[in-house]
Amino acid sequence: MAIQLRSASELEKMYRAGQVVHEVLNALRAQVQPGLTTMDLEKSAEEIIAKGPGRPAFKGYRGYPCVLCTSVNSEIVHGIPSPKRKLREGDIVSLDFGMEVDGYYGDSAVTVPVGKISPELQKLLDVTRESLDRAIDKMRPGNRLGDVGHAVQSWVEQHGYSVVREFVGHGIGTKMHDEPNLPNYGEPGRGARLQEGMVIAVEPMVNAGRPEVAMRGEWLAETADGSPSAHFEHTVAVTANGPWILTRPREMTGPAWGNEVLSTKL
Amino acid sequence: MAKQPYQKKEKGDSGNPKEDAIEVMATVIEPLPNAMFRVELENKHRVLAHVSGKMRKNFIRILAGDKVAVELSPYDLTRGRIVYRYK
Repeated sequence: MAIQLRSASELEKMYRAGQVVHEVLNALRAQVQPGLTTMDLEKSAEEIIAKGPGRPAFKGYRGYPCVLCTSVNSEIVHGIPSPKRKLREGDIVSLDFGMEVDGYYGDSAVTVPVGKISPELQKLLDVTRESLDRAIDKMRPGNRLGDVGHAVQSWVEQHGYSVVREFVGHGIGTKMHDEPNLPNYGEPGRGARLQEGMVIAVEPMVNAGRPEVAMRGEWLAETADGSPSAHFEHTVAVTANGPWILTRPREMTGPAWGNEVLSTKL
Repeated sequence: MAKQPYQKKEKGDSGNPKEDAIEVMATVIEPLPNAMFRVELENKHRVLAHVSGKMRKNFIRILAGDKVAVELSPYDLTRGRIVYRYK
């Protein structure tokens, strides 16, 4: 299957979907605090969606039961929210969320500290977030998919962490998962060439320990060695002016998921 | 939501259709041309069955009235493969 190219008006629609995703994730990450269950976050996401346009993208996707993915500590991705899973001080929780608005999808994720976390965990979050920034910076016409993957891998591995191989970023548009696959590893100069109009969900998943994944049931993926794992994601369009992050407001600049917004809560 | 590039297959799907077959007992009704046989299953259904390659290689001959084991594909229950002739 060929990689779809999106017109300016299509990108505008995807931006609208992306804004809903951003709004929900931004609200959720401000709510995260010790004592909350992951199901509380799911409920609150549902409330926000109900007020706005569109439809949650995850619910029912290949049988996924919820609108949100919540993955705590050593859980990498696709944790199903549960009323039994309480967030504790010092945890990290990845919130992954997607919307379909007007036939177009937006998909984004952020890993949030619960209360005060150890400096080691904070460093894992910082490195992963920065790897997303570095990957997004490679999303320019003429670059190749391998350049993007390599940007993640080289940055992550020089800090002694590892990238997950079993899950990849993906093309996104009128489907949530489309061509191409974008692994978070690669060789510079390899893979498909990026063109104006391509839209890809870039999502580094970084383990503090070894890269191996253990599946817990059909959805939940955990690190095999039990080490913590972080996950950040944005839906990014390749344009002539460089990367356009569709899952955050246009006027926002700087790091993909800055810590500055969180500081209001601290 | 991250994509799994190597989606795991459905349960019971090992990639080999021959392994999905259901094996049932049957009696041969009549031999047909092309090494085909009409057999009657235990549930009285009549299906068209051919002789498996392994049996042909070993010259296992099949006559009307023989008790045989037949494998049916779950996709087409009107045809089968004779995999064993009981003595």
